[in-house]
Amino acid sequence: MNNSVEIKNLDLRFGAVKVLQNLNLEIGKGEFLVLLGSSGCGKSTLLNCIAGLLDVSGGQIHINDRNVTWAEPSDRGIGMVFQSYALYPQMTVEGNLSFGLKNAKLPKLEIAKRIKHASEVLQIEPLLKRKPAALSGGQRQRVAIGRALVRDVDVFLFDEPLSNLDAKLRGDLRVEIKRLHHKLQNTMIYVTHDQIEAMTLADRIAIMRDGQIMQLGSPDEIYGRPVNKYVADFIGSPSMNFLEGTIKDGVFIVGDLLIPLTDYEFADSTGAVDGSAILGIRPEHVVTGELVANAPFQVDVEIILIEPTGSDTLVDCEVAGHHFRVRMDGQSRVSVGEKLRIGLSPSKASLFDLKSELRL
Amino acid sequence: MIDTTSSALTGPQGPKPRKVFSRRNIFLYGTLILIMIYYALPLYVMIVTSLKGMPEIRLGNVFSPPLEVTFEPWVKAWSQACTGLTCNGLSTGFWNSVQITIPSVFLSIAIASVNGYALANWKFKGADAFFTILIFGAFIPYQVMLYPIVIMLREIGLYGSLGGLVLVHTIFGMPILTLLFRNYFSSLPEELFKAARVDGAGFWGIYFRIMVPMSLPIFTVAVILQVTGIWNDFLFGVIYTSPDNYPMTVSLNNIVNSTQGVKEYNVNMAATIITGLVPLTIYFVSGRLFVRGIAAGAVKG
Repeated sequence: MNNSVEIKNLDLRFGAVKVLQNLNLEIGKGEFLVLLGSSGCGKSTLLNCIAGLLDVSGGQIHINDRNVTWAEPSDRGIGMVFQSYALYPQMTVEGNLSFGLKNAKLPKLEIAKRIKHASEVLQIEPLLKRKPAALSGGQRQRVAIGRALVRDVDVFLFDEPLSNLDAKLRGDLRVEIKRLHHKLQNTMIYVTHDQIEAMTLADRIAIMRDGQIMQLGSPDEIYGRPVNKYVADFIGSPSMNFLEGTIKDGVFIVGDLLIPLTDYEFADSTGAVDGSAILGIRPEHVVTGELVANAPFQVDVEIILIEPTGSDTLVDCEVAGHHFRVRMDGQSRVSVGEKLRIGLSPSKASLFDLKSELRL
Repeated sequence: MIDTTSSALTGPQGPKPRKVFSRRNIFLYGTLILIMIYYALPLYVMIVTSLKGMPEIRLGNVFSPPLEVTFEPWVKAWSQACTGLTCNGLSTGFWNSVQITIPSVFLSIAIASVNGYALANWKFKGADAFFTILIFGAFIPYQVMLYPIVIMLREIGLYGSLGGLVLVHTIFGMPILTLLFRNYFSSLPEELFKAARVDGAGFWGIYFRIMVPMSLPIFTVAVILQVTGIWNDFLFGVIYTSPDNYPMTVSLNNIVNSTQGVKEYNVNMAATIITGLVPLTIYFVSGRLFVRGIAAGAVKG
């Protein structure tokens, strides 16, 4: 077996509330899996179940081919990093790192060796004698990662580790976590609500909603071929534009616009089925300027609002009565009220059934 | 840098001026000073009287400072004043109170803190029901329980001994202390507890190595509550102990209320102050510790 963590038919109920329902997940050795979802979707709960901090109501958890469903957190071979760092305030950094090892009754020499190794990897050697209160947020999170590192385990669990840091530090530490993963080749399960973190770090992303996994796949797959409207809407910033219309004879009709679907790859190989549908297209996949000429579908719109962000300029407009956003280059000079010709190609769009919201 | 022009400003600028002797201030501070005098005066009278000799007291000038300072009443109150038949002063009662207070405070806090820790972090089946019952116990009037406890102590052979009183104090401290500790431990970040579990610490490991070191403020509050409560207790002391074991409050009552001979006001005052010194000291000493404890308990930055 090559799976590091396996979750089988996992159920979790708090009283009558079902938090996780019949959840199955297999995570390969050395894989970086990100659990992504909005707050309350059960992603942190799932992580706590894997860690053994919550008793499950049903199902099994296997770590390294061992059934650990009833095992104590410390016996599961996991290390965990928390959002609020959770460093023991009365202990020095060294004390924090060695606490778990002392509990495991490791010999002193081995403890010293491991602390040395971890502090080298994370570059926290000068901080070893300090208390957590004397550390900055980034340093604290490094120590928290170190605490998982010294345990010398195969599976790392991260519970929104970067959410308490400011934007710049978050970016830096994100890179560092990725580097750490390359170096250690451990299995990592990472919970976040930040899609940028998810996209940049993950080998695979599991998008969760209401205690169920909506889609499990590589960042590319999730971004390019979302399985349903929720995932499509959740991933990407600014979010996807949706046009509600109908499909008839391989053409998507919205208002008086006809969008040919010849290039579109249907999930079902038999092709287009007539009926109500939603067409989703990302703002960054809408072309403007000279590129419009090559696009299979073109339309003129009036600019309602402009949001310059420096690198890009977001343009709000209306297409067949639907609010529509276009991402343009930051250098483009446009102003409110102007006419703009935009083009889109169905090969980059996503079609969803109106009722089931599943990908067509 | 961007150049800023500096020009003379007109109209209100800088800090707003405040009048020290405004009508509002005079009224506010006048009232406060009056109330302060009202509360401080009895203490002043007690101290002054305890330092006077009896002849001076008979002159009747209650508020005047002593013409001739004497510590005789203090010595007498401590070692010679008569409580009923014996004339050992307050010293016997003092040592009894020490022997009652220290184990009671220690035991009640030790048990209640573990209770609170278990209730806050190790939710077991029926934890909430258990807690509700415990809190409900705090609302039952003491008088209802006095006699049943006498019988229970008699049956286990502790009636009349210091041990029996320690047991009673420990039990009666449980509801409020458990509530105190439970709420404090619930307010500590839950992730610390989780991290300690991942690090392999057990029930006692987490309690002693993680929770207790972070809880100096609440332990201080509990000590203040218990020491003053138990030291000042009169009812349980007089009911559950025998005359040899009477705590200091009972001795004080016996000194002040003994009816033979002249009422020695100076001795009574000195005895009362001595009895009150312990809770007072606790307030002053631990009050400072309390503030330091809060400052040191900062977890996040």
